[in-house]
Amino acid sequence: MHSDPAEVHKSVRSYLIVFGALLVCTLLTVAANRLQFAVPLAITIALIIATVKGSMVAGVFMHLSHEKQAIYGALLLTLVFFIVLLFVPILTVMDRVRL
Amino acid sequence: MNIPYTVEARPDTGLHNGKLGVWLFLASEVMLFGALFSTYILLRVGAPEWPHGELSVALGTVNTIILISSSVTMVMAWATLKLNQWSRHRVYLSLTFLLALVFLINKYFEYKEHLEAGQGPWHDTFFAIYFTLTGLHGLHILGGMIVMAYLLGPGAKLWRKNPDQFTNRIEITGLYWHFVDLVWIFLFPVLYLL
Repeated sequence: MHSDPAEVHKSVRSYLIVFGALLVCTLLTVAANRLQFAVPLAITIALIIATVKGSMVAGVFMHLSHEKQAIYGALLLTLVFFIVLLFVPILTVMDRVRL
Repeated sequence: MNIPYTVEARPDTGLHNGKLGVWLFLASEVMLFGALFSTYILLRVGAPEWPHGELSVALGTVNTIILISSSVTMVMAWATLKLNQWSRHRVYLSLTFLLALVFLINKYFEYKEHLEAGQGPWHDTFFAIYFTLTGLHGLHILGGMIVMAYLLGPGAKLWRKNPDQFTNRIEITGLYWHFVDLVWIFLFPVLYLL
C-alpha cells in the first residue's frame, strides 16, 4: 500500500466533521418541519438542507472535491439530462393549461 | 490472463477501470431515481390535495441517522485499509453491514404497519409513489449488503493476494453505498416531511 498515513488521518478527521454536520443538518430539517412553515417555504428549506447534506456526502465521502476530470465530465453530462428530466413534468403541466 | 487497469490508473482517464465503471453506473442510477422524482413532482402537482403526516417522522429520522452512520463506517473501512489496519477494516465493514440490516428491519416494520392498516401502494397516489421510491431504494440497500457480505466472506481472500486491488474494491463499494445514502437524504424530507 502506498498511502501517506498523515494524509489518511487528516481525511479521517474531515469524515468525522462531516458526520457531525450531517447529524446537525438532519435535526435541523426535522426542527424546521415542526415550525410548520407555508408549503412553498417548507419545501425550499428542506431541499436546501438536503442539497447541503448531499454535497457533503458527494464532496467528502465520495471524494468528489478532488476527483479526476473524466468523472467531472460524466457527471456534468448526467446533471444536464437530470435537469431536463425534472423539467418534463413542468412541460406537461403547461401543456394541460394550454388545452 | 490479467485484466488491465484494476489497480493502476489508465493513462487516458487517470482512473482504474473499476472506479470509472462505478461512476458511470451511478450516473445511470441518477437518471433512474431522477425519473421517479420527476414522477413524484408530476403526481404531487397534479393532485388536488397531498396527504401529510402519514409516515412516522421519528422512524424516518432514525433511519436517516442509521444510513449517515453507515456511510461513515464505510469510508472508515476504506481508510483503515489505506493504513494497513486489516482487523479494524473488518470491524468497520461489519458495522456498515449491520447498520444496513437495521435500516431494512426498520423499513420492514414500517411497511408492515401500513399494510396492516390497508395503506398499501393501491391505497392512494401518495402510498403508490412512497412504496415505489422506498422499495427501489430498499433493493439498493439489499444489493449493497450482498456485495459487503461477499467482501467480508470469500472476497476477503483478495487482501492477501493483492491488497491494492482489494482496497479499490472497497473504495468502489463505498462509492455505491454513499450514493444510496445520498438518495435517502432526498427521500426523507420529500416523503416524510413535506
